[in-house]
Amino acid sequence: MLQRTVPIAILSLSGIIMILAYFSPWTESWGNTVIDWFNIIAGVAFILGAGNLLRVNLEKISSQRPGWAYAAITIVSFMAVLVVGLFKIGAVPSDRFPDVHFAGDIDSADSTLGWIYFYVIGPLGATMFSLLAFYVASAAFRAFRAKNLESILLLGTAFIILLSATAAGVWLTKPIPADSPIAFLKFERLRAFITEVVQSSGMRAIGIGTAIGIAALSIRLILGIDRSYLSKGGGDA
Amino acid sequence: MSQDSNDGLFARLGRIDRRWIFLAMALAIIAPILMRLRFEEEPQRMAQATFDTIEALPAGSKVLMSLDYDPSSEGELQPMANALIHHCASRGHKIVFMTLWPFGTPLLDKTVKRILLEYHPQLKYGTDYVTLGYKPGLEGVVKLMSSDIPKQFTTDKQGTPIGEVPLLAGVKDLSGFQLVVSVSAGYPGAKEWVQFGNGPTPDAFAVIGGTTAVQAAQLLPYFPKQMEGMLLGIKGAAEYELLVQKAYMPERFPERLEDGRIRMGSQVFAHMLMIALIVLGNIVMAAGRARGGAK
Repeated sequence: MLQRTVPIAILSLSGIIMILAYFSPWTESWGNTVIDWFNIIAGVAFILGAGNLLRVNLEKISSQRPGWAYAAITIVSFMAVLVVGLFKIGAVPSDRFPDVHFAGDIDSADSTLGWIYFYVIGPLGATMFSLLAFYVASAAFRAFRAKNLESILLLGTAFIILLSATAAGVWLTKPIPADSPIAFLKFERLRAFITEVVQSSGMRAIGIGTAIGIAALSIRLILGIDRSYLSKGGGDA
Repeated sequence: MSQDSNDGLFARLGRIDRRWIFLAMALAIIAPILMRLRFEEEPQRMAQATFDTIEALPAGSKVLMSLDYDPSSEGELQPMANALIHHCASRGHKIVFMTLWPFGTPLLDKTVKRILLEYHPQLKYGTDYVTLGYKPGLEGVVKLMSSDIPKQFTTDKQGTPIGEVPLLAGVKDLSGFQLVVSVSAGYPGAKEWVQFGNGPTPDAFAVIGGTTAVQAAQLLPYFPKQMEGMLLGIKGAAEYELLVQKAYMPERFPERLEDGRIRMGSQVFAHMLMIALIVLGNIVMAAGRARGGAK
């Protein structure tokens, strides 16, 4: 009973306060308090996330599932960074309290955590992201085929966007005078038309649809109709 | 006679080992950077609007700069962040730095040291610029800042109570700023600054958003009404760098304001390679069909 009623009551109350706070200046401070709760919960969510990461990876190691060595690396890396951060190992001393170790700045680029950030996390993150370029190139050769009208349209658009995003595109259509009747064929203008008219229209439609969907879902949550967020015993009423 | 020698050129191309494609892409990206190639750029409407928005603010305006990204998109976003910071400081604006991303703080710290303090060593912490650092809470942080900044940030990153920071004296909420700049790689980022920060008071301050090319579609509907300026991907950064360099060429380390243009070299070659691969792939398909072996 309490497992279901209390979360629904908290959610409904918070939702109603947030709506009131948006429309009425007298209740604005109530809304700020709710957001404050949200921010505290978001901070606590990091602890839950860390706990979950440990649980999942320890299970993987103990059952010796395929790839368990990667789980071990994850846990060792996680614990190493956690210890450095929690105990502020290699923190830059604070200007205000230079003699107090725990007043030091662990987020500074010159701290141990900064070193880990710039020489481990940074290169790894950039490497993962840059791998996209290679897979996209391979996919461009093998999968991007003009098989029907839709794919021809997609190809044509891709050509314009790819070319216009480079100096080569601008250079190719530079001979067309800006005041010419065919100036719309300049790559930068075609790009502007595709992005600012065609793409924006589509995104606006998606955005408005999403907003209406979120509003409808919010009302269902506030009224307690949708209880799918409850782990057990929830579900639609 | 081997199977390969019996096949046509196009059939063999169709079976090309993809590692050759990877190698070509690697060369297309690395060579222009090593050679520091720079191509001609012509600033377009969005870059110009970004430049004009910062120029239009009176000197001494308060600018909130949120660097909402992490290392995976640093390569694409750092050049525009560098140029934006240098531009704001050159115009004499006061800058408050923060981030909505947990991995953003060291990057923010490095950017302040490498760009703001190297280019403008006369600036004093607390009066000319301040760093608030990171707060968990995603868009909740923005929402609370829109009505009560001291409640969200009780101290700056150095631990100084907000009330004792001269630059933030009298700044109760986001309307205390004349401009909010968010350089973002996704959620939470520039979109949330418009929706939750600018939404309740649309005319209180201007917003400039910078983002990666893949995120561009999400921000486009906000330009130019809700976002007065917008920089999209490395191309937007390169165009904006040109405008900033032309007006405020730094005396020291000018090359740090050329990263966008240099990285555009890689983009030019990578895009040309992509176009060539698409064309080649389609020729191979057409040739296969002509032979009656189309799949």
